[in-house]
Amino acid sequence: MSQIKTPQKGRVRRVIQKRAPKLVENGKKTLILHGTRTSDVLNAVLSEIYHLKKDDSVKYSRRNDNIRPFESGGETSLEYFSLKTDCSLFVFGSHTKKRPNNLVMGRTYDHHIYDLVELGVENFKSMKSFSYDRKLAPQIGSKPFIAFIGEGFESVEELKHLKEVLLDLFRGEVVSNLNIAGLDRVYVCMALSSNKVFFTHCALRLKKSGTVVPRMELVEVGPSMDLLVRRHRLPDESLRKETMKKAPELIQKKVKNVSQDAIQGKVGRIYIPDQQVGEKTLPNKAKGVKRERREAKMKVEAKRQKQDSTIPSDP
Amino acid sequence: MGEQQYEIDLGNLMAFDPHHHFPSLPSSREELVKECLQKGTKLVQAVADALFNLPSSEDRDGPIVTLPPPTTRLPREKPLPKKTPPTKWELFAKKKGIVQRKKDKLVYDEQTGTWKRRHGYDRVNDDKDVPIIEAKLTDEPGEDPFAKRRAEKKQRVEKQEKHRLQNLKQAAKVGALPSHIQLAATALPITGTQAAPRKASKNELANVAGMAATSTASGGKFDRKLAGEKPPKHEGKYRKYLPVVEGSGMGSLEKQQTEKVLSKLISKNSHDILNVEKAVNMYNVKKDKKRRNQQGKSTSSTFGKLKPQKKPYKKTSSKGSPYKGKSK
Repeated sequence: MSQIKTPQKGRVRRVIQKRAPKLVENGKKTLILHGTRTSDVLNAVLSEIYHLKKDDSVKYSRRNDNIRPFESGGETSLEYFSLKTDCSLFVFGSHTKKRPNNLVMGRTYDHHIYDLVELGVENFKSMKSFSYDRKLAPQIGSKPFIAFIGEGFESVEELKHLKEVLLDLFRGEVVSNLNIAGLDRVYVCMALSSNKVFFTHCALRLKKSGTVVPRMELVEVGPSMDLLVRRHRLPDESLRKETMKKAPELIQKKVKNVSQDAIQGKVGRIYIPDQQVGEKTLPNKAKGVKRERREAKMKVEAKRQKQDSTIPSDP
Repeated sequence: MGEQQYEIDLGNLMAFDPHHHFPSLPSSREELVKECLQKGTKLVQAVADALFNLPSSEDRDGPIVTLPPPTTRLPREKPLPKKTPPTKWELFAKKKGIVQRKKDKLVYDEQTGTWKRRHGYDRVNDDKDVPIIEAKLTDEPGEDPFAKRRAEKKQRVEKQEKHRLQNLKQAAKVGALPSHIQLAATALPITGTQAAPRKASKNELANVAGMAATSTASGGKFDRKLAGEKPPKHEGKYRKYLPVVEGSGMGSLEKQQTEKVLSKLISKNSHDILNVEKAVNMYNVKKDKKRRNQQGKSTSSTFGKLKPQKKPYKKTSSKGSPYKGKSK
């Protein structure tokens, strides 16, 4: 009968249940990796991305010789790490002569590579090089604003793809309730040309404006860098369709005839069939209206009419 | 710049300005950053305008708003979970209209007069707590009532385990096994997300075995057969060699076969191999053209001598036309 295998410890079982596919998913975790070689710039970029996303990311510090995300067979160990750490986003840094300061961002679906964007890092400015009021420093795990500027994000396919990946990477966890007082960071991405994007991270200062909405002020806190799009790989169309599927359980059916009113609250509308008041007999019948009498009366009248009609025809 | 121009996704706190483009890139880095921050501030302000106007509830830490779901669709990280098929009990309960009720964790124990847990250690109505079982008339002598009760309990547990396994098997068929359970213990670790590899079916195994058996130089003819191994299935047609010597019956079969092939080949090209009329026409037209060209040349180059020589040709060609009629 020992055909069922379950984890021996409750803790393990709970961890595994957390990783299981769910209707409403957990936030995506990020895996940060190094390639065979990384430059100082890349090391700083990777560690600062980790710093920005400390609450939901895993950083590996060892070099990985056999990860080449764009090549076939080069993704095996990446997919294994993704499975092991339960991460579905990854940032992979490598530095070669052909592609210096190379940053590959990508997503996985069911722990298989979904899409990839390869970026070159230029004009990197570290967090340390910015001086600002330390009170403004964003909290770890706070929900960020994200701003994309430039028509390139709509017209150029590569940038459109990059926009989606960056949004997925930095948006943090999807929440329904948000504390407005806790908003303290902004990511700004600006398309400089058809393949170049300026990326920066700012702190947010809320200033009184006299209205409900405070006046926003951005203070650059870094890191900031130029991202040069090199290669990119879009997902397979059929796979894309599958990943975008909405759970049928979560799709809210339109409720008919029930509406919400600000003053009255929930308002329902019901169908009342035509009452046909005229045809209904009244409960309290007057004597003259009673059926038997009415019929008798009609009979008498009919007889009289007959007689009337027969009398003149006889002569 | 109106705020209507921005695309705002309040669920992600994202704003996008699709209309901005540089007439010319700022020359210095500082200018670029400055412009970027200016634009960014505008966008963030646009999001904040929408955000701070949402209905909020006051909390100890600050005002809390309910965000709408994100409008930008992003891919899932894992496939949708599959629905587990209902267990046999669930089916039965549904049929009978049995509804599950919540039960209290603690139950009053009348034996001891205390509140005890319903299940688990030190539970209520535990068999272990009963020190004495009264003998009945129907009891067989020499039978231990305590041992009997323990055995019955064990049987019940085993029965339930069997049912559980059956239900899990049904779930596994649909691929909706709970992530922490693995059927038919394999060496693979339980990952929680990925389904265990399917067991190879009998057919697949037989196919692979057959392939291996016939992949020697002799096609597996001289290999030692295993017990119960069947000879590999011959796939495809057997070729029949017919007697070449003519005769009646089988002897004529070979001739018929070749004739069939031949007639097929001939019938393929059975349409007029040579359309005489067309060929003659073509020949005449070509000749005419050639001559006309040469005539033109001759007139230009005053090659008068060739003219009369050409005419007899024309006559022959005109003679050719009655011939054409003959062919018809």
